[in-house]
Amino acid sequence: MIRFDRVSKRYPPGIDALGDLSFEIAERELAVINGHSGAGKSTLLKLIAAMERPTGGAVLVGGQNVGSLTRSSLPYLRRRIGMIFQDQKLLFDRSAFDNVMLPLEIAGFPPREAAQRVRAALDKVGLGQREKAMPIALSGGEQQRLAIARAVVNRPSLLLADEPTAHLDTDTANDVARIFMEFHRVGVTVLIATYANDLFPRARRLRLDHGKLLT
Amino acid sequence: MSIWLTQHLNALRLALRRLGAMPLNTLLSLLSIGVALALPAGGQMLLANALQLAGTTSTAPQISLFMANAADRRAANEIENRLRRYGGVKQVQFMAREDTLARMKSGQGLREVIDALPTNPFPDAFVITAADDRPEAMEGLAAEFRRWPKVEHVQLDSAWVRRLDALLKLGRTAVILLGVLLGAGLIAITFTTIRMQVLTSRAEIEVSQLLGATDGFIRRPFLYFGALLGLGGGVFAWVLVGAAALWLRTPLGDLVRLYDLTLVIQPLGTLDSALLLAFAASLGWLGALLSLRQHLRQP
Repeated sequence: MIRFDRVSKRYPPGIDALGDLSFEIAERELAVINGHSGAGKSTLLKLIAAMERPTGGAVLVGGQNVGSLTRSSLPYLRRRIGMIFQDQKLLFDRSAFDNVMLPLEIAGFPPREAAQRVRAALDKVGLGQREKAMPIALSGGEQQRLAIARAVVNRPSLLLADEPTAHLDTDTANDVARIFMEFHRVGVTVLIATYANDLFPRARRLRLDHGKLLT
Repeated sequence: MSIWLTQHLNALRLALRRLGAMPLNTLLSLLSIGVALALPAGGQMLLANALQLAGTTSTAPQISLFMANAADRRAANEIENRLRRYGGVKQVQFMAREDTLARMKSGQGLREVIDALPTNPFPDAFVITAADDRPEAMEGLAAEFRRWPKVEHVQLDSAWVRRLDALLKLGRTAVILLGVLLGAGLIAITFTTIRMQVLTSRAEIEVSQLLGATDGFIRRPFLYFGALLGLGGGVFAWVLVGAAALWLRTPLGDLVRLYDLTLVIQPLGTLDSALLLAFAASLGWLGALLSLRQHLRQP
């Protein structure tokens, strides 16, 4: 599903975020990227979603070299990937329902089918009763679950999450982790960058240290 | 309902919501666009009315030829025959002095004056339409007629028509010039308004891009926004011009009556109105497009 082939990423002026990284993540796999802050976890996820381009090597997603995608074909890659961002990137000027609706509007779903899907996604993360709430009125855990609902409403085959349990208390973090496990169980490839070591005991572990993979 | 239509309706709804979200800004933008467009539109309205006025009067320039008062009917007949045989003359209309007298007597207030005169003060006259109505040709004809016997006075009636014609041409150029200038102003207004919109919608644009929105998807509501702004300004300009037409109707009518003409000033016609609105909407759209090209790629 994902293949990194001798990938490096250097930010100007000569800061190496990732160096000579090679690994592969199979379809339906659940993998966790561990590492200290600044180890390059976020950069790695951004390379997969083509939010950044590698300075060396190739990143392949579903056999497609994402570093060489044109600007006009980027959107279609991103629609196949569900992304949960470190800062969530919820839109605070619209309801929970409309936040989750956005990816479906973008993909051009018929409105009625889209509304059903939005409700299903909200139900799945336990926000079925809060669809009219504005994000500002949601707790930290609820906001995180809303971000997850938005990432999965399009039924992507790949789910990327950047520190999805940061700033959450233990119980809420466990809740969120359980949601990711459920998606993994139904066949979604899940890749999570996290500082927490113990939330996903059965996941494959990739350890990053200063931009290098520890084996 | 097709997906294409759904997406356009969504974009339109979003554009309307953004217009409604800042009513004061929207109102001020509409006001400035409306006033900017009202100038060329108003010019076009006046021009159309002036053309209408010029059209109701005979635009074919004519030469009036007056016989000497002492000339008798035989002399007049001779001149008439000469005129009819003359090369450059297209049409000759004879106006007998008795007819002129009768016509003038029927006019208000002149009767007493004319009755007081011992003899008919009006000479026999001809109204001549020339085959070639360029000013030089007309002048040539007039000069020739002046040399004929018993001809007292030859007058070119064409001067004011030509002046009006020249004025209208100038007016048309001025309207086009105003239209181009203020059209550019409209583009500038939407350009900056859209820039503000892009800045305030920064988060939404970024998130949409990360969720797989194409450039077209992101642009669409802004383009609708620009077109709606232009269209709204166009409607506003139309109302302004219509109100001005109503307001000017009486004073202008009074003015032209002094020149023995009648004019009921009309607001913009259907075609001009449609053109104004289409022009306004497409310029708004264009301003938005230019602004997006500038501000969307480089945040």
